[in-house]
Amino acid sequence: MYKKFMKLITFLSILITPFLLVNTKALAKTTKVGFVYLTTPGDHGWTYAHEIGKQMVEKEFGNKVKISVVENVPEGPDATRVIRELAKQGNEIIFTTSFGYMEPTLKVAKEFPNVKFEHITGYKRSKNVATGNIRFYEGRYVQGVVAGLMTKTNKIGYIGAYPISEVIMGINAFAQGMRSVNNKATISVIWANTWYDPVKEADAAKVHIAEGADILAQHTDSPAMLQIAEKKGALGFGQSTDMGAFAPKAQLFASINNWGPYYVEKIKQLRNGKWNTGDGPNHWPGNTWGGMSTDMLLLSEFKNMPSDVAAKAKKAHDGIKSGKIKIFAGPLKDNSGKEILASGKELDDGALWGMNYYLDGVTGKVPK
Amino acid sequence: MESLLITILVTSVPILLAGTGELIAEKSGVLNLGVEGMMLTGAVAALGSVLIFGNPLAGIFFGALAGILISLIFSFFTIFLMTNQVATGLGLTIFATGLTGLIGEPFVGKTISSLPKIEIIFLSDIPFLGSIFFKHDILFYLSILLIIAVHFFLIKSRYGIIIRAVGDNHDSAHSIGYPVKIIRLLCVGFGGMCAGMGGAYIPLVLTPHWSEGMTAGKGWIALALVVFASWLPFRLLLGALIFGGITILQFVGQARGWPFPSQFLNMLPYLVTIIALSIISIKTRSGNTLVPSSLGKPFLENN
Repeated sequence: MYKKFMKLITFLSILITPFLLVNTKALAKTTKVGFVYLTTPGDHGWTYAHEIGKQMVEKEFGNKVKISVVENVPEGPDATRVIRELAKQGNEIIFTTSFGYMEPTLKVAKEFPNVKFEHITGYKRSKNVATGNIRFYEGRYVQGVVAGLMTKTNKIGYIGAYPISEVIMGINAFAQGMRSVNNKATISVIWANTWYDPVKEADAAKVHIAEGADILAQHTDSPAMLQIAEKKGALGFGQSTDMGAFAPKAQLFASINNWGPYYVEKIKQLRNGKWNTGDGPNHWPGNTWGGMSTDMLLLSEFKNMPSDVAAKAKKAHDGIKSGKIKIFAGPLKDNSGKEILASGKELDDGALWGMNYYLDGVTGKVPK
Repeated sequence: MESLLITILVTSVPILLAGTGELIAEKSGVLNLGVEGMMLTGAVAALGSVLIFGNPLAGIFFGALAGILISLIFSFFTIFLMTNQVATGLGLTIFATGLTGLIGEPFVGKTISSLPKIEIIFLSDIPFLGSIFFKHDILFYLSILLIIAVHFFLIKSRYGIIIRAVGDNHDSAHSIGYPVKIIRLLCVGFGGMCAGMGGAYIPLVLTPHWSEGMTAGKGWIALALVVFASWLPFRLLLGALIFGGITILQFVGQARGWPFPSQFLNMLPYLVTIIALSIISIKTRSGNTLVPSSLGKPFLENN
């Protein structure tokens, strides 16, 4: 009896198998997507912004994607292990969302030539590694416009993390925005030499205010600067996400990173078989560097400013979005008066990544 | 000028408090490298309790309490199970970093009201000095009073001498009848309380929010500070002001465009610590003992 039963089961299984195979083929249309996060979405900053982007992917594709996320992955050898594990699990496209994952991503990509990798904010690419970044500096131009109009002391305090080109191009874009409305104001830069240290960021903000600055801008990660501005009656700008909750009276507006459209686009390309990193030098065509025009950079509501300033800020935003305002168009002079670019020309992306000087409006020198 | 000096004083408070506690713990012969972790615990407990009870004073109490509780873990392992103090201390910091991240999750993105400023009558009216020294929060005054109290306690009081005896030679202290383990437990607990309050100062006064790992290395600076001070309370106070002062000074230097690199100034506290260590080491060889001789050594009770 038992044997017969087993035979029946076996027979039935053989009968079903072709259907199962068909079924897996239908399932194969599900794209498996992996994400590697530096911290948790609870950081209310960088990783939180990526989480919002991931949610947009879920909304767009529904059950056509299966997403795996690994949080709190330290940059370094641990990252290699995590990325490799995601590739082994059959993820077809993996987004590694921090600069420090660059080498680990390239390393694992070599081992899994059929898996696609998207590395966020890096500059190295390969056949199956593309990069994604946001033109953060566009938001800083608008900040410069607002700062230039709002400052009474004509002193702007800027807190930078490290003197690298990404931060420097932000400072220079800020200066260009400020100069478009104010010829007297100057920006003084303090380097915190850290991306994240709330107490240090707060100290730097206090020093700026003590030195007479009434508008503060930051290129570090915590809301500490805005909290100090709130306490001391100064004004400032948020970073990565809307930080208005920390400083309802001090935040003029925040630049918001919007990774969703880029994620959706890349997954679409993969599903249509059109994902590629291009053939150009350094595979530039495969590189995404989106800004306001592709909605990868958004601005939060303009607050704590008169309506005419808000109108001018909106105009600057619209101008950049439509391409009418060219932030780094000639004539450009550095802050020692040396000519950088003649009139009628515009700095290209390569020149932006090579910036190691301050434009007119910034005081001091870039540390070497 | 005035506001810069105030900033220096206020910035120094967390490392001063944590350093005060660690100084007592090390004087009793226990090296607790978990200061960073205990500060984080104090910070998250302080912020959480202010959010729950709505009173910044509750933050001080719960910050201190959390610091004591987490130091008990360390004491249990090192004093009673006699594990290696360095490894256990590092473990405590790593554990607390993860634990506070977990506990702090619901507090992310919330902001609290700071500790109120208390102006001391008459004294706060002194021109210049008054607004620098006598218009602060209660924890600031407490940290200054505490370091003065610790000085007299260690140098003058009977109990201070007992603690130093335990730290210098735990076998002798034991043989004349002092309860070495209990004394060390209390000293490490005091260290935990101070580190907890030092951590609490960050969300209660400096940056009123919580985010993971927000002490960002202050605990390690406090450890260096104790060595820099060569285990002397008033030098600790001086050292805290120098360490805090240099941070602010290098920012001022940048804002005003002084012609030397900020990284150099950033490095100075550590350089000075190494120099202090070398001087201590030379002095020790010539017979002057500032370093607690039993520091870091587990106490084995052999009857």
